[in-house]
Amino acid sequence: MGRYVIRRLLQMIPVFIGSTFLIFFMVYALGDPVAALFGDRAPDPATAARIRADLHLNDPLWKQYLLYMGNIFRGDFGTAFNGQPVTELLRSAYPITIRLTIVAILFEIVIGITLGVVTGMKRGRPIDTGALLLTLIVVSIPTFVIGYVLQYLFGVKLKWVSPSVSPSAPFNELILPGLVLALVSLAYVTRLTRTSVAENTRADYVRTAVAKGLPRRRVVVRHLLRNSLIPVVTFIGTDIGALMGGAIVTERIYNIHGVGFQLYQGILRNNAPTVVGFVTILVLVFLLANLLVDLLYAVLDPRIRYA
Amino acid sequence: MPEPQNPFDDGRQAVAPGGGAGGGFDLAAEEAGTLDKVPGQGGGGDLSEKPRSLWSDAWRDLRRNPIFIISALIILFLIFISLWPGVLASQDPLQADLSKAQQGSGPGHPFGYDQQGRDVYTRVIYGARASVTVGVCATLGVVILGSALGGLAGYFGGWWDAILSRISDVFFGIPVILGGLVFLSVITNSTVWPVVGFMILLGWPQIARIARGSVITAKQNDYVQAARALGAGNKRILLRHIAPNALAPVIVVGTIALGTYISLEATLSYLGVGLRPPTVSWGIDISDASSQIRNAPHMLLWPAGALSLTVLAFIMLGDAVRDALDPKLR
Repeated sequence: MGRYVIRRLLQMIPVFIGSTFLIFFMVYALGDPVAALFGDRAPDPATAARIRADLHLNDPLWKQYLLYMGNIFRGDFGTAFNGQPVTELLRSAYPITIRLTIVAILFEIVIGITLGVVTGMKRGRPIDTGALLLTLIVVSIPTFVIGYVLQYLFGVKLKWVSPSVSPSAPFNELILPGLVLALVSLAYVTRLTRTSVAENTRADYVRTAVAKGLPRRRVVVRHLLRNSLIPVVTFIGTDIGALMGGAIVTERIYNIHGVGFQLYQGILRNNAPTVVGFVTILVLVFLLANLLVDLLYAVLDPRIRYA
Repeated sequence: MPEPQNPFDDGRQAVAPGGGAGGGFDLAAEEAGTLDKVPGQGGGGDLSEKPRSLWSDAWRDLRRNPIFIISALIILFLIFISLWPGVLASQDPLQADLSKAQQGSGPGHPFGYDQQGRDVYTRVIYGARASVTVGVCATLGVVILGSALGGLAGYFGGWWDAILSRISDVFFGIPVILGGLVFLSVITNSTVWPVVGFMILLGWPQIARIARGSVITAKQNDYVQAARALGAGNKRILLRHIAPNALAPVIVVGTIALGTYISLEATLSYLGVGLRPPTVSWGIDISDASSQIRNAPHMLLWPAGALSLTVLAFIMLGDAVRDALDPKLR
């Protein structure tokens, strides 16, 4: 197990470098951070030249990248163009998005898996067809449309929740945004669980468990679920990174000042240090979540043993 | 399938695995595994004495599937209006009459007017072209690039496979919307092509993984060994023996991905980096209307409904094709 973890960690290094370099390249090479710093006004050439030198923008890209990564591993993410250290922005934004992601994942687990198990065991019945149709509809409507419609419905018309989230973003205000963020994945989790459960209900070990007289509840929870949830756990694990990155749309609708909000602002204003800093952390989260998923495999499926 | 394998036929035993069900933004990956081991045989078996192929069997199934027929009709209709929008809408989608801004439906204008007093019905008809172009071109690009790279990696293995797997890991590590914002925010071209290019750039690893998985399974079959023993070259084996059998999961995932690309275009337009006016697109109209939902819900309803119906049609088509290609469900 230990050796496996180390090997996986080593394999993560090239992927980490590749992903961060790709974003670094897009932000620094395709855009012009100095022009962005000055907004609409044309910068004074001498000042621009000095800033370019200060930010090492005249060095070749790989050298800038190495410098930047070196600083990051010393905990220095640079300074955003408004003078705030990026670490400060990270510290204020990440807890909010993590809370939002937790709400979304809880929705996926509770509603998605429950619906999936129910429909998977009643394949072909009206509840199955209905739930499947619902998942298809949810997937076909763009998230931002659902977001605005639910915000209007629950926030403005029915006044059940506040239509936008306060800056501190406590859990209870994140329920609706969390649901909106989770919806598409929720549909996937439902369908994935359904397929997996439907396949496993016909498995020999389920028949054995029923034949030896186990109560139905125990068959479902201990035997059927444990085996059917393996692909679902994979999906939810890889989804953590996607949810945090995909929160851009949800955070914009509900005015949540999390990672997505900061990234959106950063990208539109070509605020390179902010964008690269936030993306670096996102990529790390994504890779670690994937590693965690692989290790969870061994817990869920005893046939898998990592040397 | 009950028919015996015809030894004189091409002997295409379709073993089409889902391969790596790599997250991404598709609906098929999740169930692509159910495409495992699709036995089918023979090339185009139009003659009655020849055994039917996987594809002709699937086609027979599809013709009887109402979901397939409905979604195919919707898609044909869409293609029609994106080619000849003028047939169904006589007005100009760009003609604006500010005095009628946000007005509801009236005679001759069934869907009402938008923010700038343009006819919503006309814009919904004309908007199909941009959405369909993005979806079709992005899917074609992703499928061609992804299956070529993934297929070659699966077939030859070795260092090329290792490098390709790492590269696709890199692209998987970047969330789609985030990548879209970064990549497209620096491009000022307002046509559909930057959006299509971006989707191909970030979408190919998904197809590549699936193609790689199915080629790896297909190449282990006896008929591939037999073809090699008979002296067939790599090119012939790949094109004549492996490709037809590894294609099924790629087509299924591609069809469903087409719908999600159309939806993604709307999201990118909403974030201000997708298509831009004067291009007429559902995505632009939906994002303009979504902030006006309190005043004029009809502005949101029609383009969003058209877009969702389109996405739904492609997803259902992909589902139906998958079911038809999956003999376990027969």
